Amino acid sequence: MVRTYALLAWTWTRAAMAYRASFALMVVLGVCVTATDVAVILVIFSHTTALAGFTRDEVLFLYGAAGLPFALCDLLVSNVDRVSQHIRAGTLDTMLVRPVGTWIQLAADRFAPTRAGRVLQAAAVLGYALAVLDLDAGRLWMVPVMLATGTVIFAAIWTLGGAAQFLLTDAPEVINSFTYGGGQLTQYPLSVYGRDLVRGVTYVLPLAFVNWQPALYVLDRDDPFGTPGFVRFLGPVAAAVLALLAGLAWRQGIRHYRSTGS
Amino acid sequence: MPSPRRADHNPGLPLAGPRAGPGTACHRAITLRRCVSFSLYARLAGYGFRKHATYVGAALAGAFTNSVFGVLRAYILIALWQARPGLAGYDVTAAVTFCFVTQAFIGPMQLLGGGLTLPERIRTGDIALDLVRPAPLQLWLLAEDLGRAAYQLLLRGLPPMLAGAAVFGITVPRDPARWAGVLACVTAGVVVSFAWRYLVCLSVCWLADDRGVMVCSMLLTTLLSGMMVPLTLFPGALGELVRALPWAAMAQAPADVYLGTAPAGPTLAFQAAWGAALLALGALATRAVRHRVVIQGG
Repeated sequence: MVRTYALLAWTWTRAAMAYRASFALMVVLGVCVTATDVAVILVIFSHTTALAGFTRDEVLFLYGAAGLPFALCDLLVSNVDRVSQHIRAGTLDTMLVRPVGTWIQLAADRFAPTRAGRVLQAAAVLGYALAVLDLDAGRLWMVPVMLATGTVIFAAIWTLGGAAQFLLTDAPEVINSFTYGGGQLTQYPLSVYGRDLVRGVTYVLPLAFVNWQPALYVLDRDDPFGTPGFVRFLGPVAAAVLALLAGLAWRQGIRHYRSTGS
Repeated sequence: MPSPRRADHNPGLPLAGPRAGPGTACHRAITLRRCVSFSLYARLAGYGFRKHATYVGAALAGAFTNSVFGVLRAYILIALWQARPGLAGYDVTAAVTFCFVTQAFIGPMQLLGGGLTLPERIRTGDIALDLVRPAPLQLWLLAEDLGRAAYQLLLRGLPPMLAGAAVFGITVPRDPARWAGVLACVTAGVVVSFAWRYLVCLSVCWLADDRGVMVCSMLLTTLLSGMMVPLTLFPGALGELVRALPWAAMAQAPADVYLGTAPAGPTLAFQAAWGAALLALGALATRAVRHRVVIQGG
């Protein structure tokens, strides 16, 4: 599975590398696009020292901790949200008859290696935040755990979005609210948002476990919304449940897909 | 999509596109030699409106996404304005309103790029056909784009405003004169946005790959139009500079008129100046493109 994915991804990479100047330009521009989000954070913190109780460096830590898994999934998985395009163009049928899993093919389809720049940008912000924040070394083990959790959660959300497009063939942009919206939401401490929204992203769509709950542990903070301490460690469980649901939804979508029937 | 072959079939009508076949409204317009007139452009705007009105689902899906992002951004602005009440001359309600107004502009002003099919037409060579149509390419596309913007203002502009009003409460101008000013400034903003996107699209003639310029344009537009954060938050001289650039005319300026924090007259003059400058540049670029197409034998 991994080998097939790597092979497909490498094919697209070689295609993209054919125009080296264009490739380099796209990498740099990709970094710039995500850097605008950091620019916004810096502009906001040029007017205040704390946003909803969090300092600039803490917000940058949250940004990096969510941005890295988000950028990784954007690079590796996000292409599954083009299901509706493939359905309309009829290319999904070709994928179904090939001897490789449809999800793998879709995820690797039009693999854009230029998005790797965004991964590096997010990693740089996270590294900066970890360096300047005076964190308790005994709690740092949570950082790799939260990165893995976040990657699984975002990948699952993208898969759910892809599965939903078997129903929403004409309006795929709705999915962006949850995928890119999730990326936007997790850039800031959840204490910024309203109580109901935070409940929703804790108990329904577990975006709170991407960075918020584990970061509260790393930063040694109490939850302003008063969730009990053990919730900080529930991230992997939430990610596993969501991944399971996404897998089931994807299977349902594929199973119930009907071609044009001609 | 018209192909050059179609023009060959109608030697008497070298101007024919899909909308100018015999019996259609534009054909009558051509035969009556009224082509380069107001009614042609009004008709083109109508076609632009109708072309996009086909995809109601897509527009509503876009509106939904714009609303969701509006809510997320509004919370951040609320947190900032709670920490710094009265920052940049806005109160919390004004900041939230600003957020949803600019979110509503994403569709009509195409702040995330796109909206013109020109790059594809340049790559396929269809541009040669567009250049011999009975009206200047730039004005032709501008008319269509105004129609598109009118449709998207209704279907992608209203829902985010309603969402903002429902979730947070936003201010709505009561004065009809202010509304007239807002409408004028939004229209001027669409013209500036079109003039900018037209220039970006024409650059494809000189660059093999348009993705780079497109991303550059999106980068400049999202950050410098005021869509991500109000431009009034940019510090000092940088703030002065970004508020004087053409991108400010696309979101920040009309939003300020809506909020009543800027007078309509000078704002309109600022937008008109940029609109005229960019359209003039576009006209020059069109001439250069015409030259280039001839050189290539297209």
